[in-house]
Amino acid sequence: MSDHQLRVSKIPRGTVIDHIRAGQALNVLAILGIDGESGETVSVGMNIPSDRMGHKDIVKVEDRELSQDEVDVLSLIAPEATINIIREYEVAEKQYLERPERVVGVLSCPNHNCITNADEPVETKFDVLDDGVRCEYCDTIVREDLAAHIAVE
Amino acid sequence: MRDDHLITAKQLSREDVESVLDRAAEFDADPAAFGDRHEDAILGLCFFEPSTRTKMSFETAIKRLGGDTVDMGTVESSSVKKGESLADTARVIEGYADALVLRHPSQGAAKMVGEFVDVPLLNAGDGAGHHPTQTLLDLYTIRENAGLDDLTIGIMGDLKYGRTVHSLAHALTNFDADQHFVSPESLKLPRSVRYDLHEEGAMVREHTELEEILPSLDVLYVTRIQRERFPDENEYQEVAGEYGIDLETLGPAKDDLTVMHPLPRVDEIAPEVDDTDYATYFEQAHNGVPVRMALLDQLLEGDR
Repeated sequence: MSDHQLRVSKIPRGTVIDHIRAGQALNVLAILGIDGESGETVSVGMNIPSDRMGHKDIVKVEDRELSQDEVDVLSLIAPEATINIIREYEVAEKQYLERPERVVGVLSCPNHNCITNADEPVETKFDVLDDGVRCEYCDTIVREDLAAHIAVE
Repeated sequence: MRDDHLITAKQLSREDVESVLDRAAEFDADPAAFGDRHEDAILGLCFFEPSTRTKMSFETAIKRLGGDTVDMGTVESSSVKKGESLADTARVIEGYADALVLRHPSQGAAKMVGEFVDVPLLNAGDGAGHHPTQTLLDLYTIRENAGLDDLTIGIMGDLKYGRTVHSLAHALTNFDADQHFVSPESLKLPRSVRYDLHEEGAMVREHTELEEILPSLDVLYVTRIQRERFPDENEYQEVAGEYGIDLETLGPAKDDLTVMHPLPRVDEIAPEVDDTDYATYFEQAHNGVPVRMALLDQLLEGDR
């Protein structure tokens, strides 16, 4: 049994997000809308030694599987992460993240004058660039701190 | 979204531009000769921001083609005042018109409306975003005065919030044009425009002083520092009035330099320049009619 498994115990069912870039675990929780008030059991490991990454974070969420929108946003801030769906204490599915071409309805535009920030019936749409994302409506390019613009409920 | 919405100049290929400009030249030669071309056509004018030139030139253009307008009037006198969304307003007005012209203070407004309406939509300015029909008349003016290839152009002023600049810079990548951008540091081109120009293989040359490049220019495109776009008045005061030109400034320029401005101007171009051969801005504004006639003709023809 490896070090990190000792630190964070197995869960009966839910999702384990592994190989998160060190320091990003709290942003992953933000993407998943986990703030401690929704009742889910969540385990977080930060700066765990990793052969592949040096150090990594890990998040285990019990009784919950991720939506594709959530996976798409995760891929932007934690592209090396692996998602393990756990059933009966075993890994039932393993998913490697792929950067999507666009993300819809999951990020808010930082440009206050963008039409997506007006009270209009429109979802945000961002094209994914090599080094950031770009609002399809106002063209604003966001390269830094994507996690701050997450609008997932 | 319909293919014939005109939302951004990025949609325009060189062939698209030349087609509109060639047709505009036909209308320009005898604008009064086409009064039966689009009889019964109705153009819906949706202006959520003040406009003189753009609005009146669209009105003139459709009337020269035999059509007419319906106009939502000012925001204060419309249902927008009652809290109606832009999407709803546009969906209502499209029922009255064969094409819509939209000006709105929010960036991306035209793209959003284009997703809701089925009649052709022309973006007449969306905040600090794009103004592609202005770009077509700018290109028409440049072609008439300096040609569109082997061109060295300086674009000066508010490059950050200047939507006419953003659209013109995109459109010029279709041509053999060296673009120089002159502005205070705080009003440089937005990251997204520089990104697009790099993607198109265009060289972005940025300057803070006009004299660095003035002697090499065929065209100088001056824009107003737009007080109304600044979120912070102090930021405006720091740069206001810094980028004006007068006859002394133009001393080192080529004799055949073309000076343009999308207007309105405040103090960017001294009135003493108006009577020189440099001044092309009033001709530029007049060109809005034949160019918009050509654009509307193309859109309404496509609908037949």
